Amino acid sequence: MITEEDVIQIAGLADLSVPQSELTAFTGSFNSILEYFDILDTLEIEGSLERTLFNVFREDEVTESLPQEDALKNSHNPEDGYIRAPKVV
Amino acid sequence: MSEEFQVIIGLEVHCQLNTKSKLFCGCSADFRADAPNTHVCPVCLGLPGALPVLNKKAVEYALKVAKALNCTIPEEGEFCRKNYFYPDLVKAYQITMGDDPLAIGGYIEIEDDAGNPKVVNLTRIHVEEDPGRLVHMGNKERGYYTLVDYNRSGIPLIEMVTEPEMSSPKEARRLLNKLRATLEYLDVFDPEKEGSLRVDANISIKGHERVEIKNITSYKGVEKALTFEITRQKNLIRRGGRIVRETRHFQEGKGTTTSARSKETANDYRYFPEPDLPVIRVADWVKDIELPELPDARRDRFMSQYGIAVNHARTLTGDLKLAEFYEAIAEVGAALAASWTADILMGELNYRDMHVSEVAGHADQFAELITLVRDKKITDKAGVEVLRVWLDALHNEAKSEAPSAIVERLGLARESGESFRGIVEAILEKNPQAIEDHKAGKKGALNFIVGQVMKETKGKSDPREIHAMISEILGE
Amino acid sequence: MADIYNAFLSEAEIAGEGDGILKGVRVAVKDNISTKDIETTCASKILKGYIPPYDAHAVTLLKQAGAVIAGKTNMDEFGMGSTTENSAFGAALNPRDTTRVTGGSSGGSAAAVAGGLVPLALGSDTGGSIRCPAAWCGIVGLKPSYGRVSRFGLIAYANSFEQIGPMANNVTDTAKLFSVIAGHDVRDSTSVNKPYDFAGLKADIAGKTIGIPKEYFGEGVDEAVSETVKNAIAKLEELGAKTVEVSLPSMKYALAAYYVTCTCEASSNLDRFDGVRYGEIAPDTNMPWHDAYTKVRTAGFGDEVRRRIILGTFALSAGYYGKYYVKARHARQQIAKDFAKALTQCDLLAGPTMPNVAPKLGELTKDPLQMYQADILTVPANIAGIPAISVPCGTAHNMPVGLQIMGRMYDEETVLNAALAYEEAC
Repeated sequence: MITEEDVIQIAGLADLSVPQSELTAFTGSFNSILEYFDILDTLEIEGSLERTLFNVFREDEVTESLPQEDALKNSHNPEDGYIRAPKVV
Repeated sequence: MSEEFQVIIGLEVHCQLNTKSKLFCGCSADFRADAPNTHVCPVCLGLPGALPVLNKKAVEYALKVAKALNCTIPEEGEFCRKNYFYPDLVKAYQITMGDDPLAIGGYIEIEDDAGNPKVVNLTRIHVEEDPGRLVHMGNKERGYYTLVDYNRSGIPLIEMVTEPEMSSPKEARRLLNKLRATLEYLDVFDPEKEGSLRVDANISIKGHERVEIKNITSYKGVEKALTFEITRQKNLIRRGGRIVRETRHFQEGKGTTTSARSKETANDYRYFPEPDLPVIRVADWVKDIELPELPDARRDRFMSQYGIAVNHARTLTGDLKLAEFYEAIAEVGAALAASWTADILMGELNYRDMHVSEVAGHADQFAELITLVRDKKITDKAGVEVLRVWLDALHNEAKSEAPSAIVERLGLARESGESFRGIVEAILEKNPQAIEDHKAGKKGALNFIVGQVMKETKGKSDPREIHAMISEILGE
Repeated sequence: MADIYNAFLSEAEIAGEGDGILKGVRVAVKDNISTKDIETTCASKILKGYIPPYDAHAVTLLKQAGAVIAGKTNMDEFGMGSTTENSAFGAALNPRDTTRVTGGSSGGSAAAVAGGLVPLALGSDTGGSIRCPAAWCGIVGLKPSYGRVSRFGLIAYANSFEQIGPMANNVTDTAKLFSVIAGHDVRDSTSVNKPYDFAGLKADIAGKTIGIPKEYFGEGVDEAVSETVKNAIAKLEELGAKTVEVSLPSMKYALAAYYVTCTCEASSNLDRFDGVRYGEIAPDTNMPWHDAYTKVRTAGFGDEVRRRIILGTFALSAGYYGKYYVKARHARQQIAKDFAKALTQCDLLAGPTMPNVAPKLGELTKDPLQMYQADILTVPANIAGIPAISVPCGTAHNMPVGLQIMGRMYDEETVLNAALAYEEAC
């Protein structure tokens, strides 16, 4: 069983919050979905995982980059060609 | 007492590979001189919908390193996503490798603090992408924020992880020097580019928790960071404190480490296979990789080919440019050139914070200087003086003045002892105490006199000759 | 101004330079497919205002073929839904009955075609997102084999399942659009070099063996829908096809394996939406980054998207990876093997596309788990990676029913030829 506190903590890992008013309902549906996923516990595992696609590469060749204007145009208040982001210190 | 504080160090070394384009897109990897956010595209900017395509050369370079470091290449390598939020990380995940890295095992040979050979084992090598670069802005009054340049985003890195097998900061430094030299010999990275080699270190005192030091951007900083951290940990233990398992950041300027906030260390990276990249099967490429002569082999060759001592050979081969520089001038006299390069030139370069690559284009002039010394046209001391003047001109004015011209301009040509007889006699007269000490059998008393003469003659005299002259005057 | 079905989120009239088989034909593009200089939102507030500086590969191919990009179509936010009600910009309405949903998540594309606004549309199909609205709106929709159409520029929801695919009023137009977008793209590492030749399209079903999986007519499938589809299969037999019953025992794991995998992938894919590089909601840059991001993301994502991100984050978190992600991977492998095995005994598989007809607005979204279960018949083709088409095959409860035909990996040719044979015979 996932508790409401668990939901808050997991949401935090994803930089999300669940409003207090929705928490109980959210936790309820979260648990019923997880319960449904439990069918996977009944799976009998046959053999190991196989990979089907290998070795797709590109050559080390330079292609054109975006103009700086295009790189910045969807961001908020760029400064001297830099993109503005929240503080980290 | 020392048993109580056994130090255990492991390193994670990140090296930027010098491919032409980035790891997963075609943006140019040569970004350092350019304006921010001009080497970006939908892929390395993490725009919605963009997909990575792996640069083959980056894999080849990583395999070259793996072969040089004696690693095993597993049959399959798999890229995965390491999920965390940080403004330098465009997709909120870094494409790296998890349970199935490019290479496992391997080892690096170094010397321990007693000079004995020591093998440090490697855990793994994997390929991953570099994040962007942050600039911290603002102030207390108006608030802080961050500016981001994504030009570095997607530059190919290899991460090389050692086992925790080093027992001193000096050993860690030697391992890094060895690794750096090897990477340079392999021509997979450019050591002169800022931040091209970055280190995280794990350090613990035996019986205590492990601390990770992140963010060591210069490989010279590693010894400093580790030394600080050992002192901090030892003091904490002595005071009865407990070492907490944590991540600390190295403050390059202050030479200290500070604790990273707990929120950063509480990351749950949620690794899972990168669905946009097929697995790689490259184990059989290794046999076709031809390795160049590596530092150890070159060191051995220097000893046998030039007959020079092991310490000189090791220093000279510890840096590719230095080794090439030496080989370019060795013909003037292998032993003399080795000593002048490894001891004198390196000292003067370090003093000026210069690298051998800055004089590499003028090897002929350095050879000329050594020839002047060899042929006794100038004294050793004058030679050092000429070297300093020559380096200063190169360093400060980007001017290369021929050593013979410097000798002439400064009047540093060696002159025979006889022309200094007057000076010698005058100095002896002024220093009766030294003569008495000498006569009383005090060793080295005459050196003071010789030194005074050297100073007075601006190094143009040969100290051995002066010595002989003093003995003669004193009637010995 | 919105159209009467709320099919378009933005309208455009960008004519391609090319002179190919779509010269002058208007094509609607689902809003999770990047279009240079046209706002691309995935029907999410968090991407409102985002103007991509590049075209998705499929869009480049459309332009090269001469198509006119007619606009961007409504969808469930980031593809997460089966009704196109989970759109930040309002539900799309079913042209056959505007009190009902279109199905989803490519509901805007389906409504645009079914409502006669455009003849062709691009959708994307992660677990049925093309076939479901095609079935419920009464049009044709093809989910291609995984890798046959480049995903470059398709805003990722669940990378290992999804494909861009064609939607149209008939099989011929669907095949024509498919021939434009199929083929290798060096910018998508999972892309394969299998172009589709439209000239090869011909009504052809005689002599083919069609497997009828009994799981496609089991519990949860509406009786009337079953009947309609069985009649369609009888028609295929009349046309000379041979039918055999097949079984896909691991199908019972399909939905769980699908939802575990797609929420895991989605949680990672959607973590990049933090407002820093794109999106109208700006982060407060004076706040510490986690706090600023949390604010943007909580305001920008709708309920279902938030639910799936949190589910995926949980499933990937320390201690649960083995229980969920790894198990799901094994289940996917077994399901894929079941399908591959069935398709050695027969050329095609057939059954209903959806277990029901289009529900009334609001009916299916009340309970998330109930909505997930609507995907039971479409999800297996995404897990197996095989091509699957939905073709209109009559009605039940006065609403359209889709016949789903699945084929062998990279064998869209046989699937389309069979679908054409059926369509021509009706």
